Amino acid sequence: MAIIEVLKKISDTVWEIPVSYKEGMRVPARIYGTEKLIREMDDAVYDQITNVATLPGITKYALCMPDGHFGYGFPIGGVAAMDVESGGVISPGGIGFDINCGMRLMVTNLTYKEVKPYIKKVVDKLYQRVPAGVGSRGFVKLSRNDFRQVVEQGARWCVRNGYGWEEDLPFIEENGCIEGADASKISEKAIDRGFNQIGTLGSGNHYLEIQVAKQENIFDPELARSMGITMPDQVVVMFHCGSRGFGHQVATDYLQTFLKVMESKYGIKILDRELACAPFNSPEGQAYFAAMKCGINMSFANRQVILHRIREVFSEVFGRTAEDLGMHMVYDVAHNTAKLERHMIDGKERSLLVHRKGATRAFAPGMADVPERYKAIGQPIIIGGSMETGSYLLVGVPTGAQTFFSTAHGSGRTMSRTKARKTWQGEKLQKDMEAKGIYVRSTSWQGLAEEAGGAYKDVDEVIEAAELAGISKRVVRLTPIGNIKG
Amino acid sequence: MSYEFLEDIAIADIAFRAWGKDLQELFKVAGDATINTMIDNLNSIEPKQTRTFSLENDALDLLLFNFLQELIYYKDSEQLLLRAQQVQIKLKNALYQLSAVTQGENLDPNRHHQRVDVKAVTLHRFQLEKVENGWTAMVILDI
Repeated sequence: MAIIEVLKKISDTVWEIPVSYKEGMRVPARIYGTEKLIREMDDAVYDQITNVATLPGITKYALCMPDGHFGYGFPIGGVAAMDVESGGVISPGGIGFDINCGMRLMVTNLTYKEVKPYIKKVVDKLYQRVPAGVGSRGFVKLSRNDFRQVVEQGARWCVRNGYGWEEDLPFIEENGCIEGADASKISEKAIDRGFNQIGTLGSGNHYLEIQVAKQENIFDPELARSMGITMPDQVVVMFHCGSRGFGHQVATDYLQTFLKVMESKYGIKILDRELACAPFNSPEGQAYFAAMKCGINMSFANRQVILHRIREVFSEVFGRTAEDLGMHMVYDVAHNTAKLERHMIDGKERSLLVHRKGATRAFAPGMADVPERYKAIGQPIIIGGSMETGSYLLVGVPTGAQTFFSTAHGSGRTMSRTKARKTWQGEKLQKDMEAKGIYVRSTSWQGLAEEAGGAYKDVDEVIEAAELAGISKRVVRLTPIGNIKG
Repeated sequence: MSYEFLEDIAIADIAFRAWGKDLQELFKVAGDATINTMIDNLNSIEPKQTRTFSLENDALDLLLFNFLQELIYYKDSEQLLLRAQQVQIKLKNALYQLSAVTQGENLDPNRHHQRVDVKAVTLHRFQLEKVENGWTAMVILDI
């Protein structure tokens, strides 16, 4: 039976799969999206999100955001809140190997007209200064012991060591350093893989982009102004990367730890080994939580060092200081995490471990953990679209409670990488994009072809679906003019 | 002895199926498929450095998982691109034991054409099975 016939339509943008769909489902699954997006979603999303619905402690629904697509364990776009006071689990497969992979956005006081003559220079210099590609290494030389400090202190370590400004920290989730990161819970292998990689972009869909906030793409000028977007055709810089080999190894290590104890010690049966898990309140669950927090801090540090490099490059190209160029942070928000949060469930406040894998936290106005500057308007949400189309800045809304205050994270892929590289050719794509006013550099022609805009869903439709569903609100659509691809 | 990248399995990640006439060959082929996901011209990797390692697991398929993961580890920790020259697998006291001799060299962006970095081996739909003419595996790599 086609999945669309199994789905119960809750509203124009919310679709439910009942617990009767699969044996072992503890809660229904709810998928967000317009009918068009739902019809285009690959079947793996339905299989994966209903597997998630079988995990112990899952509360209310297993959720999938409008950009959902084929993942591993969880679908990309998956959200699951586990009740930690009643046996709820923590699962690396619900976070992703790239722990705390996320987005950072900063503004400048330059306009498109001012940047356009220098765009190649800026992109070429950034390409040199922010290493990308397979196994790339950064410029920050650290001892293994220094690195242990970095993973416990995150972006705070960076600012103390001259990478960035004190004022950046409040505009990073957790103020750039999550409490409780414990370097004694990480393996030597994780350190080996990560200690050279701070300040590197990675590859795949990771990128650094120069963008323009065009007048006609500002949906809410008041909100945009509150976030520092104040003038026509203002240039901003957005980038997407994570915790690099360090985070990947932490997740790999604990995936194996959980496989060993999950069934024999805790009697948990799962439908996909990638969903290996342990009770949050168990020695193994707590060890992973503390190690995963090291991954969170590594990614904050990684993005902080990259931010510093971007400021250096702009300063050199435009012959003005980064302060003078108004290069202030808008926000840094992750989309691969599990965080302990308080949420109201059926009138009672509960402590939930919210897994977001390819989904962004979207806190509403007034909520704790929203920076003071945004308290009245809600948490900024940064959505990376494809390199050819555009990206979005959104804001959290009170009706986001239905998804534990979570929304989409990107436009979502529709075509496999293997198919995309047969469909497009990197060199030609680069030329075509340049003709459209987007100057792109990449370490890999094939990698570039795999990221073609046509391999992605329509980002506008995804963001509109999220707004119609009441899980986030559009503020600005951002248009790419320069891009560095990993 | 071959492998194939799959178009219809995994979207943001890369899936491959590998075949070998025996387990040893299958492991080598799957290793090459993993490195080939990152480097397009596999033959450009010269055997300048050798790394030998031993692994064990009580599950045979997880031994393959560990083996592929080891290649990814060297890619980050030493920027080494390694191809398996010899693989031996034994079953001893209910444990599968692997010893591997791998050779390769440091990544050189001028000679090695990069594709995409591999973050990890996933266990989603991970499969190793004996078939009529040998062994086959399906692997989804996180990109």
